[in-house]
Amino acid sequence: MQQLLNGVFIGSIYALFAIGFTLVFGILDRLNLAHPSVFAVSAFVGIELVAEGGLSVWVTLPILLVVGAVLGLVIERVAFRPLKNRPDAHFAGLISSIALAGMFIALLQWRYGPDTRRFPAGSFPETPIQFAGVSVTVLQVSILLISIALMVGLTWLVARSRLGRGMRAIAENPTAARVLGVNVDRVTAVTFAISSALGAVAGALYAMNVNSAQLGMGAAIELKGLAVIIVGGMGSLPGALIGGLALGLAEVFAVQYIGSSWRDLIAFGLLFLILLVRPQGLFGARKVREV
Amino acid sequence: MRTKLFSVAVAATATLALAACGGGNGDGGGGGQTGAAGGLKGQGSGESCTISQAVPVGAALSLTGAAGSYGTSQQKGLELAAEQLNAKGGVKYDVKIEDDQTDPRQGITVFEGFVNGGKSIIIGPTLSNTAFQAQPVAQEGKTPVLAISNTAKGITAQGDYIFRDSLTEAQVIPQTVKKAKEKFSLAKVVVMYSNDDAFTKSGFEVFDAALKTEGVQVLETITFSKADTDFRALLTQAKGQSPDAIVVSGLIEAAIPLVTQARELGITVPIIGGNGFNNPKLMADAGEAAEGVVVGAAWNSASANELNAGFIKDFQTKFNAAPDQFAAQAHAGLTLIDHAVRSGCSAERDAIRDGLSKISNVPTVLGDVSINADRDAEHPAVVQVVEGGKFTVLQ
Repeated sequence: MQQLLNGVFIGSIYALFAIGFTLVFGILDRLNLAHPSVFAVSAFVGIELVAEGGLSVWVTLPILLVVGAVLGLVIERVAFRPLKNRPDAHFAGLISSIALAGMFIALLQWRYGPDTRRFPAGSFPETPIQFAGVSVTVLQVSILLISIALMVGLTWLVARSRLGRGMRAIAENPTAARVLGVNVDRVTAVTFAISSALGAVAGALYAMNVNSAQLGMGAAIELKGLAVIIVGGMGSLPGALIGGLALGLAEVFAVQYIGSSWRDLIAFGLLFLILLVRPQGLFGARKVREV
Repeated sequence: MRTKLFSVAVAATATLALAACGGGNGDGGGGGQTGAAGGLKGQGSGESCTISQAVPVGAALSLTGAAGSYGTSQQKGLELAAEQLNAKGGVKYDVKIEDDQTDPRQGITVFEGFVNGGKSIIIGPTLSNTAFQAQPVAQEGKTPVLAISNTAKGITAQGDYIFRDSLTEAQVIPQTVKKAKEKFSLAKVVVMYSNDDAFTKSGFEVFDAALKTEGVQVLETITFSKADTDFRALLTQAKGQSPDAIVVSGLIEAAIPLVTQARELGITVPIIGGNGFNNPKLMADAGEAAEGVVVGAAWNSASANELNAGFIKDFQTKFNAAPDQFAAQAHAGLTLIDHAVRSGCSAERDAIRDGLSKISNVPTVLGDVSINADRDAEHPAVVQVVEGGKFTVLQ
């Protein structure tokens, strides 16, 4: 039972990270590899706000949402928009986003040094709540609730709002969307902003959950995020959610039943199995992009 | 990068470097140490030894970069020791400290500078990783090296000019396990270690052997990666075995989240750590969760030893901060070098090497230190437990 919860908590962070990832991937067909660096940046900025600024974590999270959104706009403007008319825009954007990620990390290192940083002790309630032999912290429950709230909000946004309709139109066919009067550039920029905002919150929550933030934390989760969106189905929001939870649970149960040395092997092996059975991913539809 | 230059006789080094090669004094490296007339050989012996030139000592420390906090602490220990030895008279020390930036390549450059710049002995570098790459430079140049913080296996096996005064994990861990077993009547434990790091893996092997020797049952061995930060699944697994203690070989980066999460999951048994846990950061960052962590160390800060008490007091006065193990080991390092120099009353490289290899029961802030046939130091270790936010000796 405890392991189940461990898996759900870590899985919900994977999911939050992957949803931001898959939003850009699914709609714009662009792989934004600067996403993991946003994850790291927000963790460090969050720690700074709490440690130096004396803000509570609950105030910090909305600020980070904004910081993430701004970074998303920067990524779109610097790494993707100048290249959008090139025939090889997919790969060019992928490479330029890696470059931008390197710059973000270098800036972080310049500002904060290479050391692992932490939220100051006592900045969030750490007292475990015990029930039915299981212990969880207020923080972990909050992480789960925040993740679910953001995912539900995003799903609603994409499915119901005018912006969401614009996104889906672009996902179908950018040229047609433009003809129909959708402001493609604006919608693209907003999509990047939302995507990075989610990545930023995921980064801060992750740093709180494990009480440590390192420069390489984005790189560590990058592969997991990619695995989650592929297993969940490219661009599928519920897929990313289920995929994230599946990976989290696979990891903890691999530890429990097989052995900790085999954790990554088992977890990624399971993901491969899913792909063998359903090549399009759990929620992916062949040749049809959905958002 | 020159970060600190403190000396009593500044001219000495320059004279040395410019002097013509005297020959026949154990100079191996090209343009290495020279035996200028009346230079490094002194008169008298032991306490009465007088050497006219200041002994040129080079120290390669990580003053910046990942190990920066260790290096700056070592720097202070060396500065204090040099000041005290120079005040004593007879033999003076010109200690030049250079920053290796926690980078093995920079470490090699600094070592080359010292070997070719005529240093009698090199202290450092701060990390074992750098040591393995830089030490061959000194060995080839026949310049003695005294490692003051490296704990990895095989440091001194690199050559007969390489010594160390820091206890290895293989020396500290068995004492830790023995003491912890007595204290907590350990019968069964869960062992956790990161299996993708040479240092923590070798620590695990020593733990494993020591637990066997002591007859403590290992219920389960759990591995993790040094990059891991979420240990909840592993710890839940460990908790399910209801061990008497959890034994961990990991670096400080893993130690902090691991300890925090263990306490959060309601694991109240002692956590016994390897050398990676021997870091005041543990209490600073893990806070109350660090209470009850047991870790072996080479330096007993609470030792009643007069030398040690004086060291803590002087260090406090000079730097307005309490010394840590790194400072103590650095201080002891220069003390040992002084002993080696005085024993032959010569600061020539080979004389220092001979002197170091004969060190036996020399009183230092670490206790009485002997150098064994493997050129490793032997002295009593201490087992500490975190209590009230600081390391205290486990009685």
